[in-house]
Amino acid sequence: MGDNESVQVDDEVVIGRRGLDELMASLAALGYEVTGPVVRDGAIVHGPLAGTGDLPVGCHDQQGPGSYRLEEGQDEALFGWAVGPASWKASFFPPRETVWSAAPQDGSGTPSIAQADDEPGTLALFGARPCEVAALDILDRVLAGGEVPDPSYVRRRTGTFIVVAECGTPASTCFCTSMGTGPAATAGFDLALCELPPGGDGTHEYVVRIGSARGAAALEVVPHRRAGAADLDARRQVLSGAETRMSRRLEVDGLRELLAENIDHPRWEETAERCLSCGNCTLVCPTCFCSDVRDVSDLSGTVERHRHWSSCFDRAHSYIHGGPVRSTTASCYRQWLTHKLSTWWDQFDTSGCVGCGRCISWCPVGIDLTEEAAAIRETSATREGRDA
Amino acid sequence: MSARPTLAVWKFASCDGCQLTLLDAEDELLLLAQRVQIAHFTEMSRSSVEGPYDLSLVEGSVSTPSDAERIKEVRAASRALVTIGACATAGGIQGLRNFASAGDYASLVYAHPEYISSLDRSTPISDHVAVDYELHGCPVDRRQLLEVICALLDGRRPAVPDHSVCQECKQNGTVCLLVAEGTPCLGPVTRAGCGALCPAHHRGCFGCFGPTAAANTASLAHTLREAGLAPVDASRLFRTFNAGAPAFRAESLAQEHHDRTGPSRDPVRPR
Repeated sequence: MGDNESVQVDDEVVIGRRGLDELMASLAALGYEVTGPVVRDGAIVHGPLAGTGDLPVGCHDQQGPGSYRLEEGQDEALFGWAVGPASWKASFFPPRETVWSAAPQDGSGTPSIAQADDEPGTLALFGARPCEVAALDILDRVLAGGEVPDPSYVRRRTGTFIVVAECGTPASTCFCTSMGTGPAATAGFDLALCELPPGGDGTHEYVVRIGSARGAAALEVVPHRRAGAADLDARRQVLSGAETRMSRRLEVDGLRELLAENIDHPRWEETAERCLSCGNCTLVCPTCFCSDVRDVSDLSGTVERHRHWSSCFDRAHSYIHGGPVRSTTASCYRQWLTHKLSTWWDQFDTSGCVGCGRCISWCPVGIDLTEEAAAIRETSATREGRDA
Repeated sequence: MSARPTLAVWKFASCDGCQLTLLDAEDELLLLAQRVQIAHFTEMSRSSVEGPYDLSLVEGSVSTPSDAERIKEVRAASRALVTIGACATAGGIQGLRNFASAGDYASLVYAHPEYISSLDRSTPISDHVAVDYELHGCPVDRRQLLEVICALLDGRRPAVPDHSVCQECKQNGTVCLLVAEGTPCLGPVTRAGCGALCPAHHRGCFGCFGPTAAANTASLAHTLREAGLAPVDASRLFRTFNAGAPAFRAESLAQEHHDRTGPSRDPVRPR
């Protein structure tokens, strides 16, 4: 590939697979821990990347409510799949962490207290989807944007380099077009890739858009050529094709008010007949942020404060003196759905949903939040009054 | 020495695995012996100190007339009584007899069944005496066992969750076997505590820690059957170590009933 002139923010260039390898090497040389999609145990999860060979080469997924299957080794595509069960929140808001520990000190009666002071490396997310970038933006508001930012989250999240892979292959569970988070990347990235359809030899080229000065710096050493009209048109076709194929939809118009007005809707009880209260939807959700803090002691006298992911489906999560506030599955499911789609707006001035569809695929009994919201809209108690 | 609280460990109908879990705590046993006086633990030592005891750990179910009397003596001699394991909390694998007539088995197995003196049903300790805390598992988890002991010694609530195994799988990053493979797994209705051991080794959850407080066994069974599991197999899935736990017992009976009567008796409305 040709003219390796310098690049700037908003430039659009084309690189090949070798270019992606060199981009990963460039990021590693700049001190980033390059991490991204890898195949493990029949699903696409996240792991360290040393080269494009570590990516899900030729993998395509079939997803539906309560079902996920991965077909491997189909072709040369590196990004021919939709999101799997892992989300980036685990990288910045770990499933389990020790907040501090205190140990008895010999001699004096005063315990020594140690804050968790691990120095996490700065991550480069390679191949994050546009909906995942939108999810990180929401998590930033929740965990870093309030009056009391979460120090652990901020420490891990600071300086993250983001290489987006725009989406050409949505799953049947995806509905990012409803939420305005994809399939194209619009903001929040350093570099945005779009995998173009294969050429005659089966290999792919990638249109790369430069989103930041450090994105330009990382790309400068990678062989590239300026994107031409044909390249940009091919990218547009990939993205419009993805939009066309995205069959699932969430009607968001008036949804916030609709759910707030239907807290006594019979649908909550009906869904509770199917809901397992297992919490999988909240755990795979890229924006669910509930945690539980526990103090534990051991026989040596060491005391530790642990924080770990929790879920609004865990009855202990709403336990206060006298019992749990939400003791039934219907109340837990209602809390989850109304928070995600309605009261999240009150709290954080955004929806809590990015349309990634994880909660649909990874619900063991296939409860579909788009179907639930539609069912409530269909039979809303306030509907007649509003239409009249 | 006398200032240390006393610990007693008791065995009823059981395999001793939960007692062994305490002995398996090799790195912590010496520390434990500094914090408490191990006063009665026949799995460990024949020497025994007379009661009363500050803390009694009870393994096993009540399955004989003499068990039913002895547990009352243990209760009377114990300040706090904690039951450990599936036998003590749900009747154990020997609770399978509760689905049949135990007398029929005895005549098949023993040359002289008249020597056998057992109750018709194997029952959890809490059916007989007041229990201060129940720790679930088959066997119990070593870390949870130490956590309960530490919590009681330090006068705080044990940090033992009662949410699903799924939460542990997701925290571990284990890919869901049910969703990604269709493997039958009791994780969504089973109490966490094992660290989601079996799914991490590519096996569906066997339900060793018993049902969660919110277990919706009917919906899970419905989904498993839709994926091709026969009702008789669904029934067996719920009928293992915690067969006597009310939620699992009810579901195993419902699936057995379903096996005999067909899909019209499905407890969950079809989607």
